[in-house]
Amino acid sequence: MSNITNRSLNEILESIKSKKISSLELTQAYIKNIENAKKLNAFVTTTFDQALENAKKFDNKPNNEQLLSGIPLAVKDLFCTENVKTTAGSNILNNFIPSYDSTVTKNLWDNGAFLLGKLNCDEFAMGSSNETSFFGNVINPVGNHLVPGGSSGGSSSALAADLTPATIGTDTGGSIRQPASFTGTVGLKPTYGLCSRWGIVAFASSLDQAGPMTKTVTDCAIMLEAMSGFDEKDSTSINKKKETYSKDLKDNIKGLKIGIPKEYRVDNMPKEIDELWEKGKKILKNLGAQLVDISLPHTKYALPTYYIVAPAEASSNLARYDGVRYGYRSQKGKDLIEMYENTRSEGFGDEVKRRILIGTYVLSSGYYDAYYLKAQKVRQLIKKDFDDSFMKVDAILTPSTPSSAFKIGEKTNDPVSMYLNDIFTVPVNLAGLPALSLPAGLDKQGHPLGLQLIGKALDEQKILNIGYAIEKNCGYKNKIKKWWS
Amino acid sequence: MSKEKFDYFVEGDKGKYEVVIGLEVHAQVLSNSKLFSGSSTKFGADPNKQVSLIDSAFPGMLPVINEECVKQAVRTGLGLNAKINNFSVFDRKNYFYADLPQGYQISQYKKPIVGEGKVLLDMPYGSKEIGIERLHLEQDAGKSIHDMDPSNTYVDLNRSGIALMEIVSKPDLRSPDEVNAYIKKLRTIMRYLGTCDGNMQEGSLRADVNVSVRKVGDKKFGTRCEIKNVNSIKFMQMAIEYEANRQVELLEEGKEIDQETRLFDTKKNETRSMRSKEDAHDYRYFPDPDLLPLKLEQKLIDDLKKSLPELPDNKKERFTQEYELNSYEANVLVSEKEISDYYEEVAKLSDKKLAATWMMGDLFAMLNDKGLNISNSPISAKNFAELVQSIKSGEISGRIAKEVFEIMVESGDNPKKIIESKGMKQQSDPKELEKMINEILSKNKDKIDQYKAGKEKLFGFFVGQVMKLSGGKANPQLTNEILKKLLKG
Repeated sequence: MSNITNRSLNEILESIKSKKISSLELTQAYIKNIENAKKLNAFVTTTFDQALENAKKFDNKPNNEQLLSGIPLAVKDLFCTENVKTTAGSNILNNFIPSYDSTVTKNLWDNGAFLLGKLNCDEFAMGSSNETSFFGNVINPVGNHLVPGGSSGGSSSALAADLTPATIGTDTGGSIRQPASFTGTVGLKPTYGLCSRWGIVAFASSLDQAGPMTKTVTDCAIMLEAMSGFDEKDSTSINKKKETYSKDLKDNIKGLKIGIPKEYRVDNMPKEIDELWEKGKKILKNLGAQLVDISLPHTKYALPTYYIVAPAEASSNLARYDGVRYGYRSQKGKDLIEMYENTRSEGFGDEVKRRILIGTYVLSSGYYDAYYLKAQKVRQLIKKDFDDSFMKVDAILTPSTPSSAFKIGEKTNDPVSMYLNDIFTVPVNLAGLPALSLPAGLDKQGHPLGLQLIGKALDEQKILNIGYAIEKNCGYKNKIKKWWS
Repeated sequence: MSKEKFDYFVEGDKGKYEVVIGLEVHAQVLSNSKLFSGSSTKFGADPNKQVSLIDSAFPGMLPVINEECVKQAVRTGLGLNAKINNFSVFDRKNYFYADLPQGYQISQYKKPIVGEGKVLLDMPYGSKEIGIERLHLEQDAGKSIHDMDPSNTYVDLNRSGIALMEIVSKPDLRSPDEVNAYIKKLRTIMRYLGTCDGNMQEGSLRADVNVSVRKVGDKKFGTRCEIKNVNSIKFMQMAIEYEANRQVELLEEGKEIDQETRLFDTKKNETRSMRSKEDAHDYRYFPDPDLLPLKLEQKLIDDLKKSLPELPDNKKERFTQEYELNSYEANVLVSEKEISDYYEEVAKLSDKKLAATWMMGDLFAMLNDKGLNISNSPISAKNFAELVQSIKSGEISGRIAKEVFEIMVESGDNPKKIIESKGMKQQSDPKELEKMINEILSKNKDKIDQYKAGKEKLFGFFVGQVMKLSGGKANPQLTNEILKKLLKG
């Protein structure tokens, strides 16, 4: 089984359950890959000893009734993991070891998986290229000059490089879907409230949502099933019956109505993106779906709205990192105020500081109504656009990003152009809807491109089914060469 | 002590000033666990022993509202005759301080759980209604301890996250006495409801005091100053007194009053500026995205309303009717639920008027003396009722009753038993009394003559002699009657 690590999670599970491979052998294979892929800088922390021990434990007493029996998994370093350092990609949490597991990671472990390591990400998930991490940028396995997307860049990179069979990320404005698109992998942002936020380092509470990142749509369904579920510790968690996404996955999409929003054809969009979109439409049509032109008129306000709401919440969420109780504390300063100032100046990176400043500004007295309150109103309009459209269609098809993976350093000095990369993903977070990104083609340079399927609230099964159908019919092939090892 | 007319004004050279006061009372909700976490709220634990990951704001921790605290706020709102809002919102009040782990306090800003209400005060010059502006729920902060170490500050987070009700009055109060009555009334109502223990020593009840002054007759309010976090009624009164005089002095000198936040220095008995309006914090309030808006079903509110206990105003009304008490007596006897319960038990078993008199006299004096409250009184309500009944029936005199009372306090014994065993029963047999009186009179012939000659004061002397002879047991009323009759004869 030399090639086990380039299989899908579903295939690996089959191999484990049929005893073609042991959990220990599987884990050792991933550890070998990870050790050979240090150049990618995808990991902040590895937990090999713990993983090997867990694998042995599984092999001694295998329980094959679970969704993730004997599967080692690396997860984004935004999820708190019990007794394992959790940094959120920041210096300010450089020494933070939680005594607890996030609900989502606990759900994974309860389903038979165990931790392989913690994956690099943009600092506090603020970024679209994984270049804002205190632990250095992550490289896209697609090409050594390319960013893996962000903020879940360590996750997308590790997944595409076969360093983990599947992974999880968080998506506040596209942080799962954009990196998935950039690395030719599948990423799902679930409906707001489907996965518990408890134990995930918060960025923007009303937008944050954890989701799976996988090699295939089937894997995505398995992971979503394992990680989601009601949690009474999260007041915004949705109390509903658990679904069986993987069992119910089917590729028959005949008769479904797919909305095509005209506002997503933006200026200066590369021709290849347009062609990808056309390709997606054609596949759906051929499978018997009906394409419907729709309008989401407030789309153009989504990005500015997002860049008020998200920083506002972040400025408050990040106030707790003050050096008093845990995390980094500056040794400089003569009183409490100076201790705060030095701790936060030294602990946070530039992008985080920028967003704290923006957020503090838009909530300030005299500016609140003009910015934050107005943004909340626009957010309602954006949500209403989707509600109106979903009266007519079952799902919406758009490109995931306006470009393929860009070069390392290309946008670091131009935050606005960086922010613009999330233009197709951000509206979905503002509306709290589920959306799937799946690889559907390559550009001229051979870089992956993704299509996005947006669903109604709690309609994950439907977009997974449509994605499953596209996956089977688009002929996408990963062209990653393991240049790093 | 009682005054017929309201007369609290500050006299200046240029006129008479009225003092306008509004209070923001912070009352700790009586609940087992904190507002958004499961940590205990018990007072007096070692520092940082009642702190969860949520209270100390660890990464990824989320608040979950404690339903009991919500119910307590609704009960309190109902007790204040206030409008309960079916829809309320928790906001974040952002500021940095070492004892505020989240970097924000979760509070209700624009949409509080309770709206306008009112509280009735019984003042010597009549009853007065004080408007309630609102009541909202919020988290308490921790405690910074600055005096344990010369160069470090210590932080205790046991209080962090405990539920508080902030009860904001309208600027309807006009004197320190009214503030005293208002706080006591709020406290009584909340203790009846069981929503706050009102224990000021433990910090369960604190207030920010807003004070302004204006010339009598002026319609417009003056500029107010807010005196932060005053934790006893006495200090509130002292602070108001000082602050009102300071403001009048400024106005008299033709100066302006700065709207500012002030602190009351209890050692120097003065208020000092803490920060001016310009330095006021910008709290950047916004709705807490971790919490959904609080939606209350009308049925929940109705059910809570139905289950409310009888409140002091209603009970007072009933006491004046049912027990024929005057307004003053009824007020005193309903001031604490436990007192009213005790009284009702006593009144049902004995004479209701005499019971009130004896409770408010000897019983309260004794409790006060011993630093006890009614619930740990050494005399049970049943025994107290028997004592009252023994007086009423003439079995013992008032004077003997005081002796029995003392023995009851010491022993906790039943009064009947004490009277029996000590032979303290009153002598009410006319024949026996007559015998005793004749004995006295025969020994004091000279005094009888003087009495008859007009020295009527000597009557008291004869009574005293009879009492002495009877060991204090002679029925005073009968003794008087018989003595009068015999002296005439």
